[in-house]
Amino acid sequence: MTVEALYASLGLSLPELILAIGALALLMVGVFLGEKATGLVNWLAIGVIALAGIVLLSMNGSGVAYGGAFLADPFARFMKLVALLGSAIALFMTTGQAKLYNMNRFEYPVLILLATLGMMLMISANDMMSLYMALELQSLAAYVVAAMNRDDVRSTEAGLKYFVLGALSSGMLLYGMSLVYGFTGQTGFPEIAAFLSSGGRSLGVIFGLVFILAGVAFKISAVPFHMWTPDVYQGAPTPVTTFLASAPKVAAIAMIVRVVIIAFQPITTDWQQVIVFISIASMLLGSFAAIGQKNIKRLMAYSSIGHMGYALVGLAAGSLQGVQGVILYMVIYMVMTLGSFACILAMRRPDGEHVENVSDLAGLSQTNPFMAVVLTALMFSLAGIPPLAGFFAKYFVFLAAIQAHLYALAIIGVLASVVGAYYYLRVVKLMWFDDAKGSFARPEASLRLVYSLSGLFLIGYLLIGGPLGAAAEAAARTFF
Amino acid sequence: MEIGISHYLTVSAILFTLGVFGIFLNRKNIIVILMSVELILLAVNINMVAFSAFLNDLTGQVFALFILTVAAAEAAIGLAILVVFYRNRGSIAVEDVNMMKG
Repeated sequence: MTVEALYASLGLSLPELILAIGALALLMVGVFLGEKATGLVNWLAIGVIALAGIVLLSMNGSGVAYGGAFLADPFARFMKLVALLGSAIALFMTTGQAKLYNMNRFEYPVLILLATLGMMLMISANDMMSLYMALELQSLAAYVVAAMNRDDVRSTEAGLKYFVLGALSSGMLLYGMSLVYGFTGQTGFPEIAAFLSSGGRSLGVIFGLVFILAGVAFKISAVPFHMWTPDVYQGAPTPVTTFLASAPKVAAIAMIVRVVIIAFQPITTDWQQVIVFISIASMLLGSFAAIGQKNIKRLMAYSSIGHMGYALVGLAAGSLQGVQGVILYMVIYMVMTLGSFACILAMRRPDGEHVENVSDLAGLSQTNPFMAVVLTALMFSLAGIPPLAGFFAKYFVFLAAIQAHLYALAIIGVLASVVGAYYYLRVVKLMWFDDAKGSFARPEASLRLVYSLSGLFLIGYLLIGGPLGAAAEAAARTFF
Repeated sequence: MEIGISHYLTVSAILFTLGVFGIFLNRKNIIVILMSVELILLAVNINMVAFSAFLNDLTGQVFALFILTVAAAEAAIGLAILVVFYRNRGSIAVEDVNMMKG
């Protein structure tokens, strides 16, 4: 690699460099100032993410860096911005909450920065090798933050379960990658695609493809690799769950899109079957298994399994509209998740006790009417009721599926969302028609800000949906 | 008899299967699960190096080195999480990882 090529590569990956250097510098700040610097490190981490976002916004065009391992294109830029936003908001909500959850350590923002770096690299990966390294960077940081409250048996158990199943899934992913490498002789996505389109499809490649999809399905918690999700969501401290449920999902979906749309594009019919199966199973399980849940974090876990199924409906279509639908779905899903978790973080009794049961929301309309209105909007949106944002998210992916003649998939999806509406509406019913069992403490300003903004986004989606859809389409055009 | 690529692939497939079964059938100890994870990663490495030699292409060996590095980091983090879990629970039996169900 010449010096010029190196400079060009460094320029293309400038936001990632900022995150990497920022994470190391903040680690030093934390080490030298000690535990009392946690608040400072947290705000500085948000600043580093903001800086990376600004640099990302100022970049345009596309290019390949580091000998083809790293790809910067409009799709990557859009998804990276969404992931950065998710990480920053998750950190912002932690600022006032860390002490309450016994996770007030400066390592937390540093680990979040490293996980965010992993997500950015994952979105930009253009080679099996860089994809694996990025995925591991994100996952290893995520295992540790899940066990962040190290004096709590539930949090450490969540970390342990996440680690064991995560390690198994990266093993499967790697086995798939080794088979694809062996049967194509390539690790770069465009080279794999070139080999496959010149008649290189073989049983070994299909095996590898299935293993790779199994590995990445774990990361987005799609059925049949969803087992960790409810336990990790419930066990991890709520600020950590907020993070795990938002940005990493966006990055993992972006990674799946890039793998199947670029590397395995010539064998679309093969991966389509797998994606359709995963999607149907996720939608059905997400709808039915959530019905009996009493813990609201577990409920959100099953809800996110279902939502990943809906997002994959768009991917199964494999068309421009489909990818555009997936991108929009992830943006709206992230806003809904962050808003819902801001409300869950606000479920704190005046004596400081955190409550997590769905039944604790009873009578919220009498004790905190504004939060009840926002949470109602969030639940209606998660259920997909027009004119809220969640409806349009589902509309675009189902429309893409119908245009791709995947009628069965679309019909099952709509039916699953009808079943899913039951448990969202139950929350609404509890809030408005049941008697209050106790009031909540006044939520912190940061939580109020986040859930107000997300409520505003969902209700006002009709106004901003046009430009957002256009941006998503521009991002999806990268592939077509 | 000459040892060809298919022999290597068979060995690695057997090791991979053993690793997966080690995770799911083991009812005793979480350390055994960590060992099974290592087994899976080593099976992948055999695959990578065998393909690399077979294809006369160095990429697979570079990949294998990366996998070794990540496996070490993963084992370190896994053991660290296991230690904090043991401190809270007082046990590392698989059947005691049961605080959350549903």
